[in-house]
Formats: sequence, C-alpha cells, structure tokens
Amino acid sequence: MARAAPPAARRGAWPARLAEAALAAGLALVLAVPLIGFQAVETNAVLGIRTRFGWVALAVAAVFAGRLLLTLARDWRRAFSLRPTSPQPSPPAGTERKAEAGGRRFQALVPAFPALGRRERALLSLLGLGFALALPFLPFSSSYLIDLATSVVIYVMLGWGLNVVVGLAGLLDLGYVAFYAVGAYSFALFVRWFDLSFWQGLPLAGLLAACFGLTLGFPVLRLRGDYLAIVTLGFGEIVRLMLLNWVPVTNGPAGLSDVPRPSFFGLPFERRAPPGVTTFADFFHIPFSPQQRLIFLYYLILALALVTNAFTLRLRRLPIGRAWEALREDEIACRALGINPTTVKLSAFATGAMLGGFAGAFFATRQGFISPESFTFIESATILAIVVLGGMGSQLGVVMAAVVLVCLPELGRAFAEFRMLLFGAAMVAIMVWRPRGLVAHRAPSLRLAAGREAR
Amino acid sequence: MAYFLQQLINGLTLGSIYGLIAIGYTMVYGIIGMINFAHGEIYMIGAFVALITFLVLGVAGVSYVPLALLVMLLATMLFTAAYGWTVERLAYRPLRQSFRLAPLISAIGMSIFLQNYVQLLQGARVKALPPVVQGGFILMESGGFSVQVSWLQIFILLLTLALMAGFSLLIAATPLGRAQRACEQDMTMAALLGIDVDRTISAAFVIGAALAAVAGLMVTLYYGVIDFFIGFLAGIKAFTAAVLGGIGSLPGAMLGGLLIGLIEAFWSGYFSVEYKDVSVFVILVLVLIFRPTGLLGRPDVEKV
Repeated sequence: MARAAPPAARRGAWPARLAEAALAAGLALVLAVPLIGFQAVETNAVLGIRTRFGWVALAVAAVFAGRLLLTLARDWRRAFSLRPTSPQPSPPAGTERKAEAGGRRFQALVPAFPALGRRERALLSLLGLGFALALPFLPFSSSYLIDLATSVVIYVMLGWGLNVVVGLAGLLDLGYVAFYAVGAYSFALFVRWFDLSFWQGLPLAGLLAACFGLTLGFPVLRLRGDYLAIVTLGFGEIVRLMLLNWVPVTNGPAGLSDVPRPSFFGLPFERRAPPGVTTFADFFHIPFSPQQRLIFLYYLILALALVTNAFTLRLRRLPIGRAWEALREDEIACRALGINPTTVKLSAFATGAMLGGFAGAFFATRQGFISPESFTFIESATILAIVVLGGMGSQLGVVMAAVVLVCLPELGRAFAEFRMLLFGAAMVAIMVWRPRGLVAHRAPSLRLAAGREAR
Repeated sequence: MAYFLQQLINGLTLGSIYGLIAIGYTMVYGIIGMINFAHGEIYMIGAFVALITFLVLGVAGVSYVPLALLVMLLATMLFTAAYGWTVERLAYRPLRQSFRLAPLISAIGMSIFLQNYVQLLQGARVKALPPVVQGGFILMESGGFSVQVSWLQIFILLLTLALMAGFSLLIAATPLGRAQRACEQDMTMAALLGIDVDRTISAAFVIGAALAAVAGLMVTLYYGVIDFFIGFLAGIKAFTAAVLGGIGSLPGAMLGGLLIGLIEAFWSGYFSVEYKDVSVFVILVLVLIFRPTGLLGRPDVEKV
C-alpha cells in the first residue's frame, strides 16, 4: 500500500466488506426465491410448479461476488486516488455539474470512452457516412446485409427524430411509436384512397403525424414534464388499440397489405412492367435484379435520415433550437426571459412527431404490409433506449447505439431473447454512472463568446 | 337497475385494486416528485409471487382456504416489498441529485428490465389459475337478471378497507408516518431536524410496493389470468387514478382508484369493451386540461 492506513482501519476493512456483500447476497436471496427459485409451468392445461434452486444459489453467489468486487474497487480507488480523504469541493451551481454529482462515485469504475474532440468526431462521421454510402457496392454486401442496414438506418432516423424531443427539448416521449404508426397508416391509406405516389404521400404522412403531435401535446405540455411521459405512454397504447379495433379503416389485426412499392421517379422496380410503363431496368438498359429495389430503398432511407440530420443540426442553431436547449436546462429562467414554454415545447414535440411520421411512411412502403403488431410499446422503448444509450443530444451516439441495438438480435437467439433485458439494465446503469450517455456531450450548440470555459 | 347494481359492484372491486396501486404512485410523487414508472411492474411481480405462493401451498398440501389466503398475502407483501426497496436503492437513490429526466429514464429502464426478467424466468405465456375462492350469493333479482356478489368480491372490498384503515393510521399516528408527511412538505428541513430522509423514501417505496402486491394478489384471485405484461396497462390506469384524485393526496388516490374502476366497469357495461382502456386515457387527458390538481390535490407551485 502506498499510503500507510491506520492499523485499525486496515483490519476492519475485510469484515466490513464481507458483511456488506453478505447483506447484498441476503437481499438477492429474498428476491430470487419466489421468481427464480420457482417457475409456474403448465402441463396438460394444469399449472404446476418447478423448482430451480441451483439458479438461486448461482444468483446469490454472483451478487455476493459482485458486491465484494464493487466494494474492493471502491476502497482501492479511495486508497490510490490523489485526493483520498478530502471532501469533494462543493460544485458550483449549474445543471451541468449537478448532472454529474449522482454518478461521480462510480464513474471511475466504468471504463471511460475516449473523449472525442470536434475533429475526431467529424472524422468519424465522415468515415461512417462514406461506409454507409458505399455499403451496397462493397464486395461482401448481400441482400441480407442491405436489408439489415436499411433497418439500422430506420432506427437511426427514428432516434434522430426522438432526439429532437428528448435530447434537445428535454421532453420524455414514451409513445414515439404512435407517430411512427400514424405516419405508416396514413401513408398507406392516403396512397390507396387518392392514388398518390410515394413522394406525394410522404409529406402528407409527416403532416398528419405532426398534427397528432400538436393535438396531443397541447393539453399536456403546459404541465410538469413528467405528465407528458405518462400521457405519451398511454397515447402509444391508444393508437395501437385504435388500429386494432377500428376495423373498417385499418382492417384491424389483419393489417393493411399491398402498400404500393416506391418507384424511381415513376419507374417501377419490376421484372415485367404492366403495359405502357417502363421499368427501372429497361429504362437504364440494365438487366433486372431484385437487389435493385433493396438498394434503392436503402438509399432512400439513408437520404431521408441525412436530411433529418441536416435539418435538426440547422434547427439547433436557429432561435427555436436554442430555445429548446435553454428550456431543457432551466424552464423558469426561460419564462423570465420571455420565452413561451408551451409554444416552444409544442414545436419540438411536433417536429419530432413529423420526423417519426416520415420514418413510418418509409416503413410502410418498404414492408408493403403493416399491422398493429409492428407498433407496440417495445418499439417505443427500443427507440428511447437508442437515444438514451447514445447520449441524449448526440447525433453520432444515436448511430452507434442503433447499430448495436439492431444488430444484436442478429447475432443469435440468445442475444435476441436477452436484448430487452439488457437494454433495460443498460438504461438504468447509464443513468446511474454516465448520465450523459457513452459518447455524449451535452454542451450547448452555441456559446456566447469563445474561450469562456472550454469543456 | 339490477344491471346497474351489478356494474357498480364490479366497478368497486376493480376500483379497490386500482386504488391500492395508485397509493404507491401518489406516495412516491408526494415525497420526491417523481413518477415511478416501474410501479406497474411491481404490481405485476406481486401477482406472480401470489401465483407462485399459491402453487407452492398446493404442493405443500395446504387446503384450508383462509390459512392459504393469509400465507399468500404475507408472502406476497414481503417479497414484493423487497423488490420495491431494491428498485429504489439501485435505480433511483443514486440519481437524487441528477438532472431532471434521469430518474424518469432510469424508471423506464427498470420497468423494461423487470418485464423481461419475469418473461424470461416465468415464460411469456398467459398463466391461468383455477378459482381459489368460489361461490357467492344473489343480492337481488329483477326482470330475469340476478345481481351476484361473490365471496371473493366481498373479500377484496373488506381487505382494501382494512388496508386503507391501517395505512391511514400508519400515516397519521406513527413516527414513520410523521416522517413521511414531514418529508413531503420539505425534505431539506426534515433532514435538518434529524429525520433520515433516505430511509423515509425507502419506506415509501416499500409500503407502496406492499400495497401494489396486495393488488396483484387480488387480480390473481379475481381474474385468474396473469402474464408479464399486465403491469403496463394497470400502471397507466392507476396513475390516472392518482392524477384524478390529485397526485400527492393519499385519500385522493383511493377515491381516484374507485372512480376509475367504476368508469371502466360502466363503460364496458354500457358502451364497448374494446375501447374501455381508451376511456381511462381520455379521462386522464381531460383531468390534465381542466383540473390538473385533481379532485383533492393542492396546486403545485414550482419554486426556484
């Protein structure tokens, strides 16, 4: 030991640590016995019980070891840190510092993500963009890979859309999938009723989703932020129930099929065109291949996502975007400065809803079939997890989180099963240890003067 | 008339269950001003613990119903309260000083975690339990429609009344209750006067979880079908009940719960079953527009 600890403290450390670990293990035992120890299983339509005490022992042992390691790491850190016993200086008033206070105790236990500077971030973004653009033509790419990449980009776009609401404006929206659903269904219905093309249906879907956002946000956004969370949670469920039960319009659980496929400026991706129509392949005098449509869809969503990104990045620098960020940090101060919180929040909420609607329209045209199954709470939770894990307000973080979250289930069945469990745990862990996300920076987009306080 | 009476009884039973869950929301909100999204999941865990205790008792050969009910009640409250305490300790306590959204997001994460935890451990399929308490009596008969009251409904109403009485006494007349009320008014001042704030908050979670566990037990007995997802809708409804009664107000939570139960029962009795969940949600939005403080709540003044 580098520092001579008082003998009593050194002797006292181990029993205390063991007692702490034993306490945690005891609690784990209480928690594990009913739900892990027993399983209600149905055999021949009669519920029976099965015991799994081995698992309980395993869980208790794991908690004991984990807690012991945690206390060891804590003590070790305390012993070797530069300022071992001096109390932390009281943080200056300000949300930025306050945000860290909760996690400071454990922060050193989590491997710090290399802090990315502005240039590294730009380089990483460019590399990512280049890779995304080149992906369909890389030697190892396949239909499967392009399809997967399309899914990833849909989630990236949804994440960027939700980021406007959660990351910039600080409004917790738990029913984001509702706007996605509104976009998908309104696109499918409009295109069918009025015989529109994809490019005519897309803005309509976004508009309708934005209107839903306005209608929903108006009563709720005047109140404390927490209400919004639960109302949006309910709203997501209501939209799903409406889609299930309003059979004349939505066709109920059976869903809507035959959503028109997108065409390349009027040139369909078909092997054989109906009379009087030229197909994409014929027009460019290339042989037909089913991959062409996949590649087109991929570039379509990539373009939509990039437009979304550019749009939100611009918005952040406009007065409205600055008002969003200011409102996130301190609502009362904003009110004092003459910002109308309701209007500003409403604009963020509607913008997010509109972007969700666009993504929904794309989803409908890509699948060709939509049903309420696709718009459950799990989807909302996944999108929120992407935003939170990526670090609220960080565009790059959203991309990374989306790649991980969408590709994880593809690795195998076990990953798919444990995916949501891990997401949930990760969301808690991130909030406790790194409230700003793994790559996040929550710095304001604009500063008053250069060099005032470089973070 | 008879039909009305029947719906009234059903609604009161349902309302008791919602009220018990709503107390957990309102207690936590009253003290730390946070919506505990994982509370619905705590209720769901309560239902599962009740189911498992019942099955274990069946294996152990306990067939005397009152004894079985008592054991189920105690076991469910104990184990679920442990979950309530742990959730607070792991997911909320470290965030006491964090930024505004952090506890909410953490609660969502916890809720997702607990749902999947139970799904993975107990299976995704709906669990159907044979009726434990059977029978009842016919209250009145008119025009070929008989109003039935089951013993189970009586049991649920009486148990709710007893718990409410005990709980009110706890809040009104014990040191713990006094600490709860003090923390609700001013946490810093309470801490300065020697109240262990952390412990008081933990107690709020434990009590809320125990009451939600009883609600879970009641649902298991009453409907006999549970799955890992029941906490989601019940959570939203109980939260609506808490808002309707005035969030932060304990009698309000009970009143709101009863009202929501009645509204849901009458809606499905007279209008459409499909949209009964929509009705509750519409109420939530209407209350938030026209009377955000709820029926018995105090206006919420935000200070710097």
